[in-house]
Amino acid sequence: MPKPVKLEVSRRHLLAAGTATAMVGVVPGTKAQPQSSSQRLSQRPTGVAFEVNGKLRSLQVDNRTTLLDALRENLSLTGTKKGCDHGQCGACTVIVNGVRINSCLTLAVMHEGDRITTIEGLGQPEQLHPMQAAFVKHDGYQCGYCTPGQICSAVAVLDEIKAGIPSHVSHDLTVAPVLTNAELRERMSGNICRCGAYSNIAEAIADVAGSST
Amino acid sequence: MKFDRPAEANPIDRMQVVGRAHPRIDGPLKTTGRAPYAYEHHDVVTNPAYGAIVGSAIGKGRIASMNLAEAERAPGVLTVVTAENAGKLGKGKFNTAKLLGGPEIDHYHQAIAVVVAETFEQATAAAALIRVEYAHADGRFDLEEALKTAPLAKDPNSPEKDAPPESRTGEFEQAFAQAPVKLDELYATPDQSHSMMEPHASIAAWNGDKLTVWTSNQMIDWGRTDLATTLGIPKDNVRFVSPYIGGGFGCKLFLRSDAVMAALGAKASGRPVKVALPRPFIPNNTTHRPATRQRIRIGAGADGRIIAIAHESGSGDLPDGQPETATNQTRLLYAGANRLTSMRLAVMDLPEGNAMRAPGEAPGMMALEIAMDELAEKLGLDPVELRVRNDTQIDPEKPDRPFSQRNLVRCLREGAERFGWTRRSATPGAVRDGHWLLGMGTAAAFRNNLLIPSGARVRLERDGLVVVETDMTDIGTGSYTIIAQTAAEMMGVDIGKVVVRLGDSAFPVSAGSGGQFGANCSTSGVYAACVKLREAVAQRLGFNSAEATFSDGHVMSGNRSAKLADAVREGELVAEDKIEWGGLDKSYQQSTFGAHFVEAAVDGFTGEVRIRRMLAVCAAGRILNPTTARSQVIGAMTMGAGAALMEELAVDKRRGFFVNHDLAGYEVPVHADIPHQEVIFLEEADDKVSPMKAKGVAELGICGVGAAVANAVYNATGVRVRNYPVTLDKHLDRLPEVS
Repeated sequence: MPKPVKLEVSRRHLLAAGTATAMVGVVPGTKAQPQSSSQRLSQRPTGVAFEVNGKLRSLQVDNRTTLLDALRENLSLTGTKKGCDHGQCGACTVIVNGVRINSCLTLAVMHEGDRITTIEGLGQPEQLHPMQAAFVKHDGYQCGYCTPGQICSAVAVLDEIKAGIPSHVSHDLTVAPVLTNAELRERMSGNICRCGAYSNIAEAIADVAGSST
Repeated sequence: MKFDRPAEANPIDRMQVVGRAHPRIDGPLKTTGRAPYAYEHHDVVTNPAYGAIVGSAIGKGRIASMNLAEAERAPGVLTVVTAENAGKLGKGKFNTAKLLGGPEIDHYHQAIAVVVAETFEQATAAAALIRVEYAHADGRFDLEEALKTAPLAKDPNSPEKDAPPESRTGEFEQAFAQAPVKLDELYATPDQSHSMMEPHASIAAWNGDKLTVWTSNQMIDWGRTDLATTLGIPKDNVRFVSPYIGGGFGCKLFLRSDAVMAALGAKASGRPVKVALPRPFIPNNTTHRPATRQRIRIGAGADGRIIAIAHESGSGDLPDGQPETATNQTRLLYAGANRLTSMRLAVMDLPEGNAMRAPGEAPGMMALEIAMDELAEKLGLDPVELRVRNDTQIDPEKPDRPFSQRNLVRCLREGAERFGWTRRSATPGAVRDGHWLLGMGTAAAFRNNLLIPSGARVRLERDGLVVVETDMTDIGTGSYTIIAQTAAEMMGVDIGKVVVRLGDSAFPVSAGSGGQFGANCSTSGVYAACVKLREAVAQRLGFNSAEATFSDGHVMSGNRSAKLADAVREGELVAEDKIEWGGLDKSYQQSTFGAHFVEAAVDGFTGEVRIRRMLAVCAAGRILNPTTARSQVIGAMTMGAGAALMEELAVDKRRGFFVNHDLAGYEVPVHADIPHQEVIFLEEADDKVSPMKAKGVAELGICGVGAAVANAVYNATGVRVRNYPVTLDKHLDRLPEVS
């Protein structure tokens, strides 16, 4: 027999929050009122200006808009992909002020004055960046959806190693890390490729780095 | 073109373009972020509204009440669509559960509403304001429990419609009882999630009663037809466009809620609407590979020859669902006179189970190929040798039906040689590398070759370009490239002169992408259209088309030669045809074969498993492009490694849902998990399967890998785990002492 169950409001909010992204939500346990203060706040767009691929872009964004959605929806730069929107897959990886980040885990309004490089800024179809060309040469992708994130990550990984930044698998923190296969795989592990092109991606990156792994 | 006799020599045999390693022609677009996926057609749809889907918070029951008021008043909201105001909806042929639930709820996260607003943020926030009260019902969420009373189920894909639910040859029980060496074990595989990187997404736009949907779908015609059925509109009024697809693995074979809700939202709001399923919504809202419980019994003579083999599998699905056909391969893979296979299907209330990469064979081989490893040990035989001894060149159930081509033994032998198999210790737990326990494992790979009709249109334009149009999809498989190679070979032009347009229902209906049938069937359809175009070209040039050869941009016949472009001076030529299949798959069993080899290391202290080496040797007919085919196989090996070691949807048997429904909770292999992988293709051309003489490899690659990993882990530890995934908790307490 069906048992009527009335879910508590807090439980409902908990479940609903699972589908939401970086949003200013209603406080669990309180009855939400239309036009709550958080909603009124979110209706007022905020001006923000940052540099994308060498060009200054000024935009008005919802405070809740992630950097990822600002790139994709406001600036139509859809090369940066949304795979999970929760920092779990790495498809949204971009390079901000020289450092790779998950653009889904940061709000656009937090990037005033930043220098952002997306996949579109690395190279063009007719003039590929060496990393892009290496991915094509080694077939380091299949469906292509994680690929921009993999490439942005790969470019940043080589810079991180050059800068002497250690990783979980660096055995000696007192010497500069070198690009071994283990280092590369460890550092790239935030970028999931469900098609399973890892073996080829490793070869593409090693090719660009000029090392054999 | 009807393919009803073995292929003769044809222009593809030249293999000047086909069969060569060619980088993907869509590579520059994909690697620069310029390839537009479903949610990204901002150049075509300039003013979209955004839809956010609300999913059911219960697994079974009904909606008692829904309060939409707050959501409807929320900033930016244009409309809220639920089952109550959506109008009458049908259900697609390929859908088990309705895509818009309410008031009845069939499964957790079944869509119950879509909120359409000006922005993504507004839609998402408003969706959280919908108040739902549910009348919860008891559901059937426990597979073990449900299988106790589950009836036998027939293979839904069996060509023999009146076949009994059990398949029997000889006298299994009697022969098994008398067999000198016996194995009788139970194996379990869990529910698995496709977890392709691009979430399901659609943009829907109405123009009067015409609907265009930019979406991410493997089977354009199935999706388009089912959307029309669901909405109750003529199929001709629906256009489906899916030029780039961010992975599918079976999860995008069918119409899903993103397309339906985008269409309904667009209708209600009078605006184009884009909807992407949030990642945490996908495992419970869409489909998954169902868990199985399998029993395998094998009786063998002391010489290792199988006398009796039985494989029984049970799985569950929603009402009117299908069994996971995990016993398929056991009917064909090994010899033996006495055989029994059967499946049971439990009716359950978990989300819809359906095809995931190599449905049936992937979980079936995970069990069968551990069983073969266990049998080899009982016999004191090498696992490679056991498989070789039980090879068969005929369908074991129908001795007058040979395999069209079967090189399993060569795959095993060449693989063993290449991998250094002789270094494997027959005694498990015997090889150490510091505190690591090392082991090697092998498994056969097997997957049938499926034939689906496939059409294409080929146009020779006045500028000399050859344009191919077909609704075939490229889900990462390399369709763009192998289709271009096929057209280039047939028309005798450079691949750079070929333009391939895919994934649009305005183009001829193709096989689509699934069941590893896409490559062979779609290129055969292109072959058929090219044969027609060659005839048209020859006719224009006044050549006898049967004798004309096409090469280097020229057409030659006898001592006459003309430029291909001469044929289109007066205007372009267009030809359309499709490949249709005669009965060669009835008279010959068409399958693909392989052998997997894995070296695993198990941490002697923690039980953690690391894969050190992987090799696959494949025999799958002509390989159309070694680069993209190899990628298919390494990708499948990677997914198989995930299945072996980490992938499992955890079931909440009380509430009835998959708990770890995102990419943090459902673990898939990452870079650190996968070593360099090697793939070898045997040189083959199978004239019984198609004019291309090719078969698929994309699913072959996953079949058996899981067992090869599990067997390697066993060889390292001496602890047999029969319940996937092989996680460290399952062998930690029984690991050998590490000094």
